[in-house]
Amino acid sequence: MSMPSASSAASAPQVPQAPEGWREITLGQAIREALAEEMRRDPRILLLGEDVAEAGNPFKVLSGLVEEFGPERVIDTPISEAGFTGIGVGLAMTGMRPVVDIMFGDFLTLAMDQIVNQAAKVHYMSGGKLKVPLVVRTTLGATRRSAAQHSQSLHAWFSHIPGLKVVLPSTPYDAKGLLKTAIRDDNPVLFFEDKMMYQLKGLVPEGEYTIPFGVADIKREGSDLTIVATSSMVQVALAAATELEQLGISAEVIDPRTTSPLDKQTLIESAKKTSRVIVVDEGYQSYGVTAEIAAVISEGAFYYLDAPVKRLGALDVPVPFSPVLEDLTVPTPAAVVEMAKTLCGRA
Amino acid sequence: MVSEHLTSSEGRPLALDEASRARERQFWLSLYEQMLTIRLFEEQVNELYMSAKMPGLAHLYSGEEAVAVGVCAALRRDDYITSTHRGHGHCLAKGAAVDRMFAELLGKQPGYCRGKGGSMHIADQESGNLGANAIVGGSAGIATGAALSCKRRGSGQVVVCFFGDGALGQGLLYEAMNMAALWQLPVIYVCENNLYNEYTPNRETTAGDMLARPRAFGIHTEEVDGQDVRAVYAAAVRLVERARRGEGPAYLQCNTYRFYGHHVGDIQRSYYRSREEEEWWKAQRDPLKLLGSWLREQGLAEDSHFAEIERRVRAMIEAGVRFALEAPYPDPQEVAQHVYA
Ligand SMILES: Cc1ncc(C[n+]2csc(CCOP(=O)(O)OP(=O)(O)O)c2C)c(N)n1
Ligand SMILES: [Mg+2]
Repeated sequence: MSMPSASSAASAPQVPQAPEGWREITLGQAIREALAEEMRRDPRILLLGEDVAEAGNPFKVLSGLVEEFGPERVIDTPISEAGFTGIGVGLAMTGMRPVVDIMFGDFLTLAMDQIVNQAAKVHYMSGGKLKVPLVVRTTLGATRRSAAQHSQSLHAWFSHIPGLKVVLPSTPYDAKGLLKTAIRDDNPVLFFEDKMMYQLKGLVPEGEYTIPFGVADIKREGSDLTIVATSSMVQVALAAATELEQLGISAEVIDPRTTSPLDKQTLIESAKKTSRVIVVDEGYQSYGVTAEIAAVISEGAFYYLDAPVKRLGALDVPVPFSPVLEDLTVPTPAAVVEMAKTLCGRA
Repeated sequence: MVSEHLTSSEGRPLALDEASRARERQFWLSLYEQMLTIRLFEEQVNELYMSAKMPGLAHLYSGEEAVAVGVCAALRRDDYITSTHRGHGHCLAKGAAVDRMFAELLGKQPGYCRGKGGSMHIADQESGNLGANAIVGGSAGIATGAALSCKRRGSGQVVVCFFGDGALGQGLLYEAMNMAALWQLPVIYVCENNLYNEYTPNRETTAGDMLARPRAFGIHTEEVDGQDVRAVYAAAVRLVERARRGEGPAYLQCNTYRFYGHHVGDIQRSYYRSREEEEWWKAQRDPLKLLGSWLREQGLAEDSHFAEIERRVRAMIEAGVRFALEAPYPDPQEVAQHVYA
């Protein structure tokens, strides 16, 4: 399966006819398909979390799984994030392959010790003897009017911890292929789904495929400017790129797809080609993913850059409830366009 | 707050002199009015959601009114409460005004939190409400800390920590209760046992005897019919007075039921609870109906009283919604205010 053509097809706004063997499905369906196919392939895989069985989780992403795999493999837990994440670590250390569901990424805080002090360190501390093939699926993203404790994008925290891998799918195609890789990986993987993107549609092939970690995807080619965008911000970057095209600015949009491992090479190559870079991510801007990526590019492409790498993250405030305030906290296509125009001397 | 009100569960009319009858009538009708306020407030919230005038979601308290009203009636205004994602009833019972509540739910500037909190985060310092909480069990530490503060300051205040049966899954609750018992803190843990954690019956999530958990810490524990506001009130008075006397924490499990879904968008519920079950609770265990029939049986109130209350409450709710719909949104620059004190 050729990745770039697949994903550019997936991100194209209008596809008149799906190519042979491809279908249009939502990101939520892509996640469900990946889980179902992996669970059929490997009986060691278990799902655990709150309301994951009959309810199919509050976003209905897991509907039908308990019917197919039964309550022994799709396990409703009490509201005990620390407890069931820890149980996931123990399962993983003893031959099972658990996928733990943390409904809102904000609730990762409750399971932090189990992820950061336990799961992330077991392999290293045991001198490589033990391993933790655990997947923690969770959500990120604001603008759902869910206020400060249900809207955060906390993926940077985990990207900061050695021993953890962090995945940020932005299309149905990527979500399916990356989740399969996450489940097959022998390390703890944090898999962040944008809760506002579950209904996003895209093309996904019928057959089996996986997407390796640490391989960025060029979602759109361009020559004047590179926009590096993650997860929820990929659509924002693509919308901005379309607008910029009207202004005669050709923007390349790159999605790293995983922040840990990070495909530094692809980012640096693109920066060398375009000489101008904007990094967009929905986590907080301060000390965030945008800072790390900007530093990587600045170091790797320093002599090629026409301007400092610019960053756009979420406003450094707890996410407010009121729509008029909440909408100000998340990067928008308009903000990216403005920044791009300034960067390209067109403001 | 007066504690000598009639709370016996006997149905037979009690022999009272006229002055006592007037006092009883006034007290219980005021609780009825508060419960009706919550009921009609929540119906209006559902309307606002259905007509797409309210952003986001809300978890309605309908059916559980007797818990918040019965407990808060036993509190002073300066006593503290902490609340939950299903918190509108707690806020109103502790003294919040409907207009500013609606304004908060619509994200408007005159709301209790200037639109920053929304349905799950209403806090009102003036009525002793330390805040609703969107993290299940998230306020167990806050409530217990407030109780230590009351004790250190010698203020005579007590704290009520409201939480749902789902919070029994959170370790924080047990850590906090342990310290409350060790340090004999004036806090009452009020568990609203409505049988479900979201879409899962709590018999599938909660092992053993729920009440044995607080008892294991030596915490004075009681269980009450959470649909009977008189029983809730009587229990709350006992536990609050204990706490105020310095006799330490208590735990009150109120058995109750939510009439709507987990949140306003939870319409298809048959996969986790039956229509018959819902109808039974609404027909047989509605806290408003239960108090209403008792007042009628006692000859303390008649149709005209209830009609007058309903007229008053509806007018207040209507005015409150109008106020909120017409209220301005916060100024955009407020987005960066209040991050730091
Ligand atoms: C720590 C945490 N985990 C999960 C959730 C998602 N959630 C919100 S309400 C709820 C169920 C709470 O049940 P319960 O405590 O019984 O309160 P009820 O809704 O029944 O009033 C869940 C799981 C949350 N808000 N916080
Ligand atoms: Mg409950």
